[in-house]
Amino acid sequence: MDTMQLSFYDVLRMVIAFVLIVSLVFINAIIMGYMERKMAAKIQRRWGPMEVGFQGWLQLILDGVKIIAKQLIVPKDADRTLFRMAPLLAFTPVVLPFLVLPFSKSLFGRDINLGLIFIIAVSSINVLSIFVAGWASNNKYSMFGSIRSVSQNIAYEIPILLSLLSVVLVTHTYSMQGIVAAQGSIWFCLVQPVACIIYLISATAETNRAPFDLPEAESELTAGYHTEYSGFGFSLFVIAEYANMFTVCAVATVLFFGGWHGPFSGEYLGALWFLLKVFLLMLIMVWVRWTYPRVRFDQLMNLAWKYLIPFSLVNLLLTALIVKCI
Amino acid sequence: MVTKLEKIAGPKHRFLLNMGPQHPSTHGVLRIVLEMDGEYAMAIDPVLGYGHRMHEKMAEGRPYNGFYPNTGRMDYLGAILFSHGYVGLLERMSGAEVPERAEFIRVITAELNRISSHLVGIGAYVLDLGAFTPILYAFDDREMILDMLEAITGSRLTYCYFRVGGVTKDIDDTFIRRARAFIDRMRSRLPMYKDLVTDNLIFLKRTKGIGIIDRDMAARYGITGPVLRGSGISYDVRKSEPYSVYDRFDFDIPVGENGDSFDRYVVRMEEIAQSLRIIEQALDALPDGPVMVKPKKKLKLAAGGCNYTVEAARGSLSYYLVGDGSDTPYRLKIRVPSYSNLSPLPELCKGMLLSDLVTAMGSLDLVIPEIDR
Amino acid sequence: MSGYFSELITGSKSLLVGLGVTFKALISPVVTVQYPREKIDVTSAVRGHIDLVKDEATGTHRCMVCLSCMKVCPCQCITVQGEKREGVKGKVLTLFALDFTKCSLCGLCVESCKPKAIDFSNEYELAGFTRDEFVFDLLKRVKERA
Repeated sequence: MDTMQLSFYDVLRMVIAFVLIVSLVFINAIIMGYMERKMAAKIQRRWGPMEVGFQGWLQLILDGVKIIAKQLIVPKDADRTLFRMAPLLAFTPVVLPFLVLPFSKSLFGRDINLGLIFIIAVSSINVLSIFVAGWASNNKYSMFGSIRSVSQNIAYEIPILLSLLSVVLVTHTYSMQGIVAAQGSIWFCLVQPVACIIYLISATAETNRAPFDLPEAESELTAGYHTEYSGFGFSLFVIAEYANMFTVCAVATVLFFGGWHGPFSGEYLGALWFLLKVFLLMLIMVWVRWTYPRVRFDQLMNLAWKYLIPFSLVNLLLTALIVKCI
Repeated sequence: MVTKLEKIAGPKHRFLLNMGPQHPSTHGVLRIVLEMDGEYAMAIDPVLGYGHRMHEKMAEGRPYNGFYPNTGRMDYLGAILFSHGYVGLLERMSGAEVPERAEFIRVITAELNRISSHLVGIGAYVLDLGAFTPILYAFDDREMILDMLEAITGSRLTYCYFRVGGVTKDIDDTFIRRARAFIDRMRSRLPMYKDLVTDNLIFLKRTKGIGIIDRDMAARYGITGPVLRGSGISYDVRKSEPYSVYDRFDFDIPVGENGDSFDRYVVRMEEIAQSLRIIEQALDALPDGPVMVKPKKKLKLAAGGCNYTVEAARGSLSYYLVGDGSDTPYRLKIRVPSYSNLSPLPELCKGMLLSDLVTAMGSLDLVIPEIDR
Repeated sequence: MSGYFSELITGSKSLLVGLGVTFKALISPVVTVQYPREKIDVTSAVRGHIDLVKDEATGTHRCMVCLSCMKVCPCQCITVQGEKREGVKGKVLTLFALDFTKCSLCGLCVESCKPKAIDFSNEYELAGFTRDEFVFDLLKRVKERA
């Protein structure tokens, strides 16, 4: 991808990639919705969905059908345009990072040389949708949720960037493919363990997952920013949340867990390894969610500013020093 | 308390937030009107009465024994404890005899009921803090209690088991075996709760130092039960004025140090262990004999008032009855613990974050139908 | 500063222990049942709604229309009617109706019944669309029972 001009082949490839990616986003939401419910059930020693299909695997598809059939209710005095727009705003940016994710050696939408920066930039749009949703709902609880979400996302983007930078210092490239290729011999979670842990914690906060799910804290804010949403508007938020989880876990896989590397990973078979790692990381996030209580807002900020950011800064400096010396 | 924002903007920027009557952490139909300054609750006004069913008035219109089912409907988590108070009152007024075996069975079932109530209280509290899983583990343990009580009382929640003069049904060997099995199981489960909840860093950070009720405040509001003991005052009706056969058992009253939400949680956890001790001793010393002495045909009480206090799961519960010589009470006054335990909320939570308010309120372990009754 | 690091270590340890607890639960067996497919046996002591007992000797109920259950019921949900008939001592039961929507399952009626003519049924799966479905004619039910 050295040339700046796009050939017809490139455009066609991106169109196909886009179609596949949008379907992947929906399929991911279905799989993860099912896995989350099943895993939560097993952690709580219940069965979870069991009625539709073997072990209830069709449940989420049926839920999707049901939720599409539901009426979209716009609250009185809500800002109608923004209220309708917010779910779309949540959904659109989560599709974009998938374009640069390296599923395998040859299976990717487009390998741009600033892939990592692109992902970080695009995924920050998500917070805007949450803010718009909370504002437009004309509900005090939603407003609380969206305000919390904004400061949370701003605080946690810093440790994410710093921890990712320390990997970039080692690889000398922002290209996702380049970073994966650099991990042929050793995964970066072993080279950069501190950055890896910091990234995983911040990623959980960035995707508003428990124990950092303050924007939707049930026991305090009923459902936070999506309190007033019903039907497909609500489900778009959920799909966006799972897609965000996929994105951050995919970035973690690429940067710290060797991307598509694995035994027998050829040109295309690496995608299986990639997906396996991503889903394992996502299941760990689910596991964490169903274990811990929620942190309070100031504690969330303390964690970011007192622990994660200093540690990632020191880590970055040490990395820079070592890279310079070698 | 005047916040920085308030100095700049004046009190006008405050807004009202309606928490409840349908809100996940108000446990039923409590409505709290909050005057918010950002996320800080500056004025708190609990609004009661959404679950009012006029139980006290109902007592006046029916014979004494007709009120048995009502006792279980006030505090549905501690139904046996509430009926214990009522039958105790009637027995004190009428001087009815209660066989010793019945008293022991009452203690055993009441303590089982206390454990099940505390399990729900703890589980719901941790749920308020955002952890979904512990409440289901608590329900798993509680299920054993419910199964046991179902086998002897015939009901799973609103037990109508105690009568003047005894209990309706004797316990059998199966019950005793299951109760002993439950004691063993519960003792092995307590360390699990400690690992999962009590020692958890996030839980500690959320609860320590939040909602401190000091001794003076506890005394002023008439707080009782685990909330009072969390504040370091060792008061328990079972010890201070023993009713039934509680004076024959050896158990401790756990107390907290700081009176914060964490201490109240720990006190409840400790009380489960103490209740297990009581049940074990009662099962060991269970005497033989009848469980019911049939009273005279119809209960008629002489004119005059009488009070009876028991330790319910949430604090001391008093029944005060004034009879007028007929077969219905002239007036029945019920002093429920949750009402007094709720009353410090406006003072306790002034200037608190919304999250802390949920923490502090959850640690009081309120049952709203009991307050409204 | 020492508190900073010690808290970090003890805190992380406590969080990992918590994950261990839930992981143990994840791999241990499920404790619930799929309700309509599998059922847990209810004990015979379950207090369902009341039912007239069928006397094996006579093949019919034992009620002698003393109305004590009707009088003792705190919810007034029992209606009993009887009539005098030629050649029969006492009254003959003509109606025994239970309005289950009002019943609070206290069991006072069963206790007050001298001839032990009523008892709790074990039915707990009661659901319906109208209130009328829960006004049971217990006399009819005891006759229908084989």
